[in-house]
Amino acid sequence: MDPTEVPPPLALVDVTKSFGSVRALRGLSLELRAGEIHALVGENGAGKSTLVKTIAGVHRPDGGQLLVDGRPTGFAAPVDAQNAGIAVIYQEPTLFPDLSVAENIFVGRQPRTRWATIDRRRMRHETEGVFSRLGVRMDPDRPARGLSIADQQLVEIAKALTRQARVLVMDEPTAALSGVEAERLFTVARTLRDSGAALLFISHRFDEVFSLCDRITVVRDGAFVSCDPTSELDVDTVVRRMVGREVTSLYPKEEAEHGETVLEVEGLTRDGVFADVSFSVRAGEIVALAGLVGAGRSEVIRAVFGVDRYDAGSVRVQGRELAGGRPKAAMAAGIALVPEDRRQQGLVMESSIERNATATRRRPLSRLGLLRPSAERASAEEWGERLNLKFGRLDDSVSTLSGGNQQKVVLAKWLSTEPRVLFVDEPTRGIDVGTKAEVHRLLSGLAGRGLAIVMVSSELPEVLGMADRVLVMHEGRVTAELDRAEADEESVMYAATGQRPSEAV
Amino acid sequence: MTNAPSTAPEPSTAGAPPRPSGRPARRQRQFRELGVLLAVVVLITATWLHNPGFLSSQGVRDLFLGATVLAVLAVGQALVLITKNVDLSVGSVMGLSAFGTGLLFVTFPGLPVPVAVLAGVVIGLVCGLLNGLLVTTVQVPALVVTLGTLYAYRGLNHWWADGGQVNAHDMPSAFLLLGRISVLGVPLPAAVAIAVVAAVGFYLARYRSGRELYAIGSNADAARLSGIPAARRVMVAFAVNGALAGLAGVLFAARYGTVDSTVGTGMELQVVAAAVVGGVAIAGGVGTVYGAALGAVLLTTITAALPIWRIDQFWHQAVVGALILAAIALDRLLALRTARKLRGGGARGA
Repeated sequence: MDPTEVPPPLALVDVTKSFGSVRALRGLSLELRAGEIHALVGENGAGKSTLVKTIAGVHRPDGGQLLVDGRPTGFAAPVDAQNAGIAVIYQEPTLFPDLSVAENIFVGRQPRTRWATIDRRRMRHETEGVFSRLGVRMDPDRPARGLSIADQQLVEIAKALTRQARVLVMDEPTAALSGVEAERLFTVARTLRDSGAALLFISHRFDEVFSLCDRITVVRDGAFVSCDPTSELDVDTVVRRMVGREVTSLYPKEEAEHGETVLEVEGLTRDGVFADVSFSVRAGEIVALAGLVGAGRSEVIRAVFGVDRYDAGSVRVQGRELAGGRPKAAMAAGIALVPEDRRQQGLVMESSIERNATATRRRPLSRLGLLRPSAERASAEEWGERLNLKFGRLDDSVSTLSGGNQQKVVLAKWLSTEPRVLFVDEPTRGIDVGTKAEVHRLLSGLAGRGLAIVMVSSELPEVLGMADRVLVMHEGRVTAELDRAEADEESVMYAATGQRPSEAV
Repeated sequence: MTNAPSTAPEPSTAGAPPRPSGRPARRQRQFRELGVLLAVVVLITATWLHNPGFLSSQGVRDLFLGATVLAVLAVGQALVLITKNVDLSVGSVMGLSAFGTGLLFVTFPGLPVPVAVLAGVVIGLVCGLLNGLLVTTVQVPALVVTLGTLYAYRGLNHWWADGGQVNAHDMPSAFLLLGRISVLGVPLPAAVAIAVVAAVGFYLARYRSGRELYAIGSNADAARLSGIPAARRVMVAFAVNGALAGLAGVLFAARYGTVDSTVGTGMELQVVAAAVVGGVAIAGGVGTVYGAALGAVLLTTITAALPIWRIDQFWHQAVVGALILAAIALDRLLALRTARKLRGGGARGA
């Protein structure tokens, strides 16, 4: 297979892409050959999704080249990529809730009659055809609204299949699928490969990667690491290349004394979102809530904190019942919540660093109802120093800070309330590697000083590296509670996808 | 491989309704529009029983003609609302077109009627295009843009009219006849409105670009990823809406014969009300032009029926307001019910 003879349908050469100060891709190269399934592996945040969006024409690369059939090509919009024969299944489904399933699959390219009107019968028929290829039973006429994540993903897959693309990119297509559904998808993928399509498969499940793919490319921190035929690789090698450093240095977990139980959650239920969630956290303990995106993890901690209401269950802090639906009461009881989306929920982006860092303590910092700027500044300075915050001036707006330092401001804002229980939702999302380790060290140190920490994280290494205990959620329910010793990539993934490993039955 | 193995476990279909129960969403939409139709029928029947004069041939004509302008406007507005935008300037556009058509007859007395009609539509089209351009290129919410053009177009009209008005004797009788003659017993303007409703309704349901308007309103990000030329589609929606507002202005001029620069003032809110009562969601992606037109008919019928029931005209706006709230409540209720049905139990689906 000499690439100089037949140019590959799609190749990337030295592609770079930055978002503000974050360099998502730094010189990434990739070659997708016809008749081959190519795996792309890397940690979360390694730049895989950015790469996918660059291939799809959503992002335009800052540097480097995109070659279609060997010719340099620039995609100005997703439609250009589609016209070049590229189909993409995104990690998060992008459906139209008000359109029917069949229309979602064929949107923009519905089969037409002689009079250019939509041929509904044929559309319905072809939808049923692709569903039976995938082994899915779904009414083509039902609206997409209300489909489960797995069903939505299946619709996305059907959409990509009917495009009959030469290049098919699948960004974690199996994350929400059951074993049977995933297996059917692989059968279809192999059929496509044998008919000459080039496939790019992104997954965190190594068994899938090794059984399905012909070559494996490893990326780390937005850069190319290696590309080898699967037959020359084993899981350990791939993991070592993915992480590229000793796991322990990135997750400096200190052993902490576990004290009394601080937080008890019992039978917490919010209809249609999560059901019967129970857990407890002791002082000095880090409990991770793991699971797939959309499993209801953030919703649980939001409900505990009182941002959302819940329909049944109870929350006790240090043995005392906490009323639901009142964040103020939760704060008074010593709970702090560092939210998932710091730009939208954690910070007032246009406001100054000191304003943001002291936003939770307006009352203690004011006199006669008026804020005292000197007290604000002193407090912000103190916390900036404690968290090693890098900033220009304290009255600069938070938006001037890097992602990692913004996160530190959010942490300062909540830690200064001296909480007993700290909820952190995706604490290191979109943060560069250096600051990540710093945030981890900070959390670990806080636990060492007796704080009870509940961490929601989608990054498995983070969960496994930081947590004393792992609670895994799947579709709104806790499916497993694993000790640090029992928790590994496999056991968490099984529980997160709602399956049971054979030995646990 | 081509057949779904019936013995395989079906983990993925928990959310799908059983086949025999059919198409809940589509049925719900039909039910929604039938509900408005039913309300119209009940209202007309009750009023007729109360006072048979309500359905005299003149009464029927008045009903038709009264609903015509509002229905044409509501159809255009529905197009825009479906894409999750709104056009508040339609009243002003209609005013510009009505006065512009009248002024043409004054300036060029011998002007053929079709040319004048076309000119009115083109005036609206230009205004609509400008709205669409502003919304898609400047990326400002349509509510703000069209609030601006509402005043701008109205101001233009006042400046243009300079306090004057065009009277019926300035217009050729052939033009005024447009508002009087009937086609198969239906007044011509109403027939035009019916044709507009049918054409736009068919287009929305059966053409790719029509369905793409729903897609854009339903999930704008997904529309972009699907390669739908969203800006162009939204622009066309605004342009067509403008053209229909222009047509409404022409129909208004033909019916009343006397136009000044205040024609259409305040119409925009009535139009949005008609569309919402007819089941077109402000949040985009939902509704049909049939519903919007029926909503317009219902609102007009209420206006016509209140005097017959000897209900004070002061109550009119309160009744319309209550109707809007009832329609929104009904939509919410139906949406919740469908959501529950589609979810089919389990903890997922919010």
